[in-house]
Amino acid sequence: MSMENALPISHRQRLWLYALGGLVMLFLIAPSVIIVIMSFSGSSLLQFPPQEWSLRWYEAYFGSLEWRDATIVSVKVAVMTAVVATLLGTAAAYAINARTLRLTGVINALLTASLIIPVILIGIGTFFLYARIGLNNTLTGLVIAHTVQALPLVVLTVLSGLRSYDMNQEMVARSLGAGRFSAFFQVTMPQIRFSIVSGALFAFITSFDEVVVSLFISGGETTTLTRRMFNALRDQIDPTIAAISTCLIVLSIVLLSAAQLFGRGR
Amino acid sequence: MSVASASLDHDGRSGGALNADALRADARRESHGTLALLSPGLLLVFAVIIVPIGWLFWLSLFDETGQLSASNYARFFEQASYIKTFVTTFKVAFVVTGACVLFGYPLAYMLSQLPRRAAGVCLIFVILPFWTSVLVRTYAWLVILQRKGLVNTWLMDLGVISQPLPLANNFAGVVIGMTHIMLPFLVLPLYASMKSIDTDCLRAAMNLGASPSATFRQIFLPLSLPGLASGVVIVFVLCLGFFVTPALMGGGKVIMWAMRMEQTTSLYSNWGAGAALGVVLLAVTLALLGLFHRLLGARATGVWSRR
Repeated sequence: MSMENALPISHRQRLWLYALGGLVMLFLIAPSVIIVIMSFSGSSLLQFPPQEWSLRWYEAYFGSLEWRDATIVSVKVAVMTAVVATLLGTAAAYAINARTLRLTGVINALLTASLIIPVILIGIGTFFLYARIGLNNTLTGLVIAHTVQALPLVVLTVLSGLRSYDMNQEMVARSLGAGRFSAFFQVTMPQIRFSIVSGALFAFITSFDEVVVSLFISGGETTTLTRRMFNALRDQIDPTIAAISTCLIVLSIVLLSAAQLFGRGR
Repeated sequence: MSVASASLDHDGRSGGALNADALRADARRESHGTLALLSPGLLLVFAVIIVPIGWLFWLSLFDETGQLSASNYARFFEQASYIKTFVTTFKVAFVVTGACVLFGYPLAYMLSQLPRRAAGVCLIFVILPFWTSVLVRTYAWLVILQRKGLVNTWLMDLGVISQPLPLANNFAGVVIGMTHIMLPFLVLPLYASMKSIDTDCLRAAMNLGASPSATFRQIFLPLSLPGLASGVVIVFVLCLGFFVTPALMGGGKVIMWAMRMEQTTSLYSNWGAGAALGVVLLAVTLALLGLFHRLLGARATGVWSRR
């Protein structure tokens, strides 16, 4: 019984619109669906739908030392990035929300710079900088670079949580004698924890899926999964990548659903 | 002091004046505290983004012999290969942006008109690809479009064509792949702005006798233009600096700006030239965003998403 768009236009008059929208939705989702289905193919030929089914591409993925190492590197970097970016991003969002500082324009511009600056420029710049301080091909270097990319997402997510929270509650706690930190951790944090968790999940996916910067600054023992995939795709189309892609798609779905659930928990 | 004593008769003012120093000290402490919370993040961004880009900018001002010169920039106008790169980049950006408007507008419109629940379900079709790795989606398009890919196999099995169509490793492949990646960047801000259009305006128009199509053309379309413009600018700017899809689907024939930057720095280690390309790319990006901001105000640029 929704009255929200009770325009005097029937669904039938809108059939063409639904058809068009449906086609665009198909365009958006079909590639992922095709890859998921093809990852279970038994043949190394690209057939759709596959004639026979098997898990051989998953065996190829999990059985390969190179792919496994790259996956472990990516997971490690993504976990550390999520932790660091969430800490720094939450602190920054809290400070921005307090609005006691001048120059908020400059601060916002700096914190969201990595969203606006072309990522290829960040990649080349980071490589150039790291070459001088010996951070190329290191986990630390990757975590720092990915943290900078994930920071704006955490700040924006936590900030939106803080906007719907009444900061006076923390003031009350402090006026009743709680210290700054205990007021934050006991009063504010429990109420914005869902935004913080969402921010952490976004930071994790951002790092795990990051390609361009990793292409420049990872290599050797710290080759990330995306870098190895990129190189593999340059050479030939290996169906193992369909299995890896399926894992990445499933990971995205799981993390997004988690972020959604946490977002609603508020 | 005289001002403070003059206002003594107003209740409470004198107490405020006496406490002013303490309050000011407290405010200062507070702002130092917030600065301390901000500084780790700001420092990191400064060190990893601002410093290297400034450094690259500095580098771009010198030629190979270390002399201060504009040669790194002059070559953009002199060498045909650079001009070709810029032309290709803008061509791809225009075509992809156009395709995104063509596909994205009807989808966003449909989403904005559906009941809440149905819209939520349909939004998954936009958000899931948005959060799926660019690499995964590019791989999918390679599988679908290449010479022995799905589309060609199907069409040949059906007897529609006898020779495989050149769909990947060329301009068409880059455009299809990039349209898929950019579409959510247009649909999401556009949908958000369409949702904020007051349905009462539409209802009023129809009450006054406007046909559905006239209502759309005269009321809805103009009101949705700011949202469309913000989506268009985001997509266009992202296209200019896009790397992954053209690098994998261009077959070495479609050289875009970002690929050129990667080649000059990684392959030829010509940092001055690569840096100059980066500086111009950043300048164009900021100029477009600034122009847009000026034209439409802060409201529209607020909807910015990742990558």
